[in-house]
Amino acid sequence: MQPRTRFTRGLAYLLLLAGAVVFLFPLVWLVLTSLKPVEQTMTMPPTWLPRAYSTVINGRQMEVTLGPLQPDRPGYRQVTERSPTKMVPQPLVAGIVPVSTIESHIAPRWENYRIALATMGGRSLSEVEGSTAPRETGAGADSTVTFGTFLGNTLIVCVLGVIGAVLSNALVAYSFARIRWRGRNVVFALTLATMMIPFPVLMVPLYGVFKSLGWIGSLKPLWVPAFFANAFNIFLMRQFFRTIPEELSEAARIDGCSEWTIFWRIILPLSRPVLMVVALFHFLSAWNDFMGPLLYLTRKHTFTLAVALQNYSSQHGGVQWHHLMAASAIVILPIIVLFFFTQKTFIKGIATTGIKG
Amino acid sequence: MTRGERQRLRTGLLFALPWFIGLSVFTLYPVGASLFYSFCDYSVLQSPIWTGTENYQRMLHDVVFWKSLRNTGFYAALALPLGMVTSLALALLLNTGVRGLAAFRTIFYLPSIVPVVAGAMLWLWIFNGQYGLLNWALGPVCRLLGGAPPAWLADPRWAKPALVLMSLWGAGNSMIIYLAGLQDVPAELYESAELDGAGWWRRLWHITLPVISPVIYFNMIMGIIGALQTFATVFVMTGGAEGNPARSTLFYALYLFSTAFYDLRMGYASAMAWVLFLLIVTLTVLATKLSEKRVHYAG
Repeated sequence: MQPRTRFTRGLAYLLLLAGAVVFLFPLVWLVLTSLKPVEQTMTMPPTWLPRAYSTVINGRQMEVTLGPLQPDRPGYRQVTERSPTKMVPQPLVAGIVPVSTIESHIAPRWENYRIALATMGGRSLSEVEGSTAPRETGAGADSTVTFGTFLGNTLIVCVLGVIGAVLSNALVAYSFARIRWRGRNVVFALTLATMMIPFPVLMVPLYGVFKSLGWIGSLKPLWVPAFFANAFNIFLMRQFFRTIPEELSEAARIDGCSEWTIFWRIILPLSRPVLMVVALFHFLSAWNDFMGPLLYLTRKHTFTLAVALQNYSSQHGGVQWHHLMAASAIVILPIIVLFFFTQKTFIKGIATTGIKG
Repeated sequence: MTRGERQRLRTGLLFALPWFIGLSVFTLYPVGASLFYSFCDYSVLQSPIWTGTENYQRMLHDVVFWKSLRNTGFYAALALPLGMVTSLALALLLNTGVRGLAAFRTIFYLPSIVPVVAGAMLWLWIFNGQYGLLNWALGPVCRLLGGAPPAWLADPRWAKPALVLMSLWGAGNSMIIYLAGLQDVPAELYESAELDGAGWWRRLWHITLPVISPVIYFNMIMGIIGALQTFATVFVMTGGAEGNPARSTLFYALYLFSTAFYDLRMGYASAMAWVLFLLIVTLTVLATKLSEKRVHYAG
């Protein structure tokens, strides 16, 4: 740490505070937007907090949406009754009331989340509300796909992928780090070299491979490759394995242990930190992966959250920002929760990749 | 080979077997196949037909190809330096020993783990020309200067800058790496510099930056490789692989993707992929050569 005067430290603190606000505010805005009724998302200047307005029209207290201020009657605003979507359309009661009689309180619309979850699979709002029957499409699957389906698909890819990544990379890294075999260093150099190959080079033939295996349209291309190790994780784990003293292995070998026993009973238990890092990073990248599902998944009921969310934005014509933000928040939340439970591992893992890289 | 050597070779290969299978099937075969396809006319519906260098020749005259290259280059030329400066600046600020380091670090890092699609949706909303937060904030400033806030993603001139801005939100990842590097700088260097009367700028330029130059180099290389392959954010934020509006956001990876999977011209797409590969290698070698003098590895 550099020696600093109090002034410099204070200045740094202010700048960091400003930066933190800038970085954090979009996420705050995401949540705020997700809790507003649709008309309050499209106002200029922006409505900051979701509100509910109510006043008395024709002797009845009711919730209203705000209309324009009346230019000819200062202090008066037009308001319109706010009707729940369920009811058969009736002419809405409107009135012009003194601004002072309009009460407002903060009212987060949690139902946006419920609706987002229900409509993400493709059902329309009116189906969810029960006013129209579910569409029976030819494929049949469309109307029944729900958020739960997407979540399940994503979890399958993530969890199976993590298992594969941890196991396969540990095995391979062990070979590169703890067994002395002829040609090992050359093969390792080749492994590192493959990290330079951009994905587009592999994309087309890889698609062909999966096609001939009959895996296009299923989740398999997204998690099966994890069971065959990858250069980056091999590198990461090898670095860690090398820090374990050679004497441990040698002593075990002298005692007659097989290489497998040494791996399973000595090295792995000592390697929990790096195993956690690999598991975490793979989970994160699998959860966030967009291009993979875009390439390999064809039918809606196999979609992961990433493509389902993108698909959701182009559903039903116009974008319903409050629902879209709610859906986005739902996709982000598990990752944030995961991060808060595993912060230290995360941060240490990234730092290691950059320094030893 | 001695018997011991043979034994170890067998065990070593056995343990590394998953990688050998993976390397062959998922890397080596595709590399060879795509090189072959790049010299062919290949739509998945039929077998590839050898056409020699026709794909590469066609590329030279393909206006869209050059546009996609320019788009990607423009984006990388902006996003990379800005991104590096941002993450380094944040790391330097955090390294001054302020209170609440962990909290700040979390706040700056969090956006970089936000799922790409969700983040893109959010920024689409923030960049909205009419109701977006950004234009509300910029409104008074623009009106003062006699103009109006740009339409961002709806305007061909402002779509790429919008993407660059959004990429800065993810600076937290590199920031963590820089921070770790900064903490490795020996304090004695700073102390002796202060004794010699060096101000903060000189300390930064002559001590900090040289000592963390390997980290800067690493981030730069990773940045180049990443920026040239940008796909997901652009796809989601511009609603597909067309590079709306007016092909201003048609990045190289997008054009490659649509050529392969929408136009089913996989031979041409493979040729584009190899051009990208060569480009990345060239730039990496160039960057390495240029940094040779400036990257100091600790003894």
